[in-house]
Amino acid sequence: MLNGRRGFLKDSVPVAGLCPQGAYGIQDCLRSGFSSVKNELLPSHPLELSEKNFQPNKDKMNFSTLRNIQGLHAPLKLQMEYRAARQIQRLPFLPSSNLALDTLRGNDESIGFEDILCDPAQSEMMGEPHLMVEYNLGLL
Amino acid sequence: MNEHKGHKYIFQIVSGSILSWNAVLEGEANKVGYSLPAARKTGTTICGVVFKDGVILGADTRATEGMIVADKNCSKIHYISPNIYCCGAGTAADTEMTTQIISSNLELHALSTGRVPRVATANRMLKQMLFRYQGYIGAALVLGGVDCNGPHLYSIYPHGSTDKLPYVTMGSGSLAAMAVFEDRYKPDMEEEDAKRLVRDAIAAGIFNDLGSGSNIDLCVITKGKLDYIRPHDEANKKGVRTGDYKYKRGTTSVLTKSVTALNLEVVEETVLTMDTS
Repeated sequence: MLNGRRGFLKDSVPVAGLCPQGAYGIQDCLRSGFSSVKNELLPSHPLELSEKNFQPNKDKMNFSTLRNIQGLHAPLKLQMEYRAARQIQRLPFLPSSNLALDTLRGNDESIGFEDILCDPAQSEMMGEPHLMVEYNLGLL
Repeated sequence: MNEHKGHKYIFQIVSGSILSWNAVLEGEANKVGYSLPAARKTGTTICGVVFKDGVILGADTRATEGMIVADKNCSKIHYISPNIYCCGAGTAADTEMTTQIISSNLELHALSTGRVPRVATANRMLKQMLFRYQGYIGAALVLGGVDCNGPHLYSIYPHGSTDKLPYVTMGSGSLAAMAVFEDRYKPDMEEEDAKRLVRDAIAAGIFNDLGSGSNIDLCVITKGKLDYIRPHDEANKKGVRTGDYKYKRGTTSVLTKSVTALNLEVVEETVLTMDTS
């Protein structure tokens, strides 16, 4: 599944102005919001970057503390388990509950805004199933 | 084109997307000349005091939306756990949602530890959450409760700083209430004296601050007992109408009466059955 890794690109930034995804090549304001190259490159809210990186930063801090207390092997082993848990996903167009990952992180015992707002089950759009599976498998 | 579509649906960064969407919307609206509707605030007087056996929390009941009273009798003392309650000042939605989230988290935590939750735990959860959002969550809280270590009272500011004190006040009427506290607070008061003190402090806020008004709610938390007194004192009762503009039957005398029958003939009759399945 080497070609399938394309679906998990980390650093790509979809620039709205250059390649609009709506019908007829115009930015679809209802579905993808107002288009502004500035908004895609710079944060539009002072907390946007802080919130985007909150979980990764929390993990980094925990691993670094764990390394200092228990030695290198503890965070290494945990990160291996995280990597394994992160791979437990459903088909590309279905949202995954990430139960194993949440349990490892300790998020199964807390409720935050990410559990209340933006519920993927309530989302108005769904990916086109066949296209997304084909893209993931590299057949497109 | 389609690759981008699949790409975008796979990544959905939750908080980031919501924050930026709202900020973009506000920016676009301001450019055209409109402003987003004012959030409902509780310009408020809330206070708390530690007495001999526990903690008393007090709050007024007015919620304002700009210069208009949005709710004449809103409840500002929120439940966190059976032994911990929290008064909230600031943006009404923020205080409600924050206290509900912390209440849920505290319940999960208590189930996990198997112990009665402590006030210090609730305080730490609240301050860590408010600091994470750097003051954008406008919630100023007075948290009080009784746990295994005795009665505790904390005041929590929107940016995440907390103070642990024997008496605290928050909100727009906090200065008026604090003046009453500074004058008459004594350590280890009796319950009735403490209730009277809190009632007077909130009344000072109600009568001297435009953002506070209506009634006074009290919540008395002691080791075995919880008293949620709502309202404790109706400081502002709505007036009763003294006059009446309705006229009695017979005020105007009837001189003549004539009845004309309308002759209607049935032209068409249709029956629509109701679907009662």
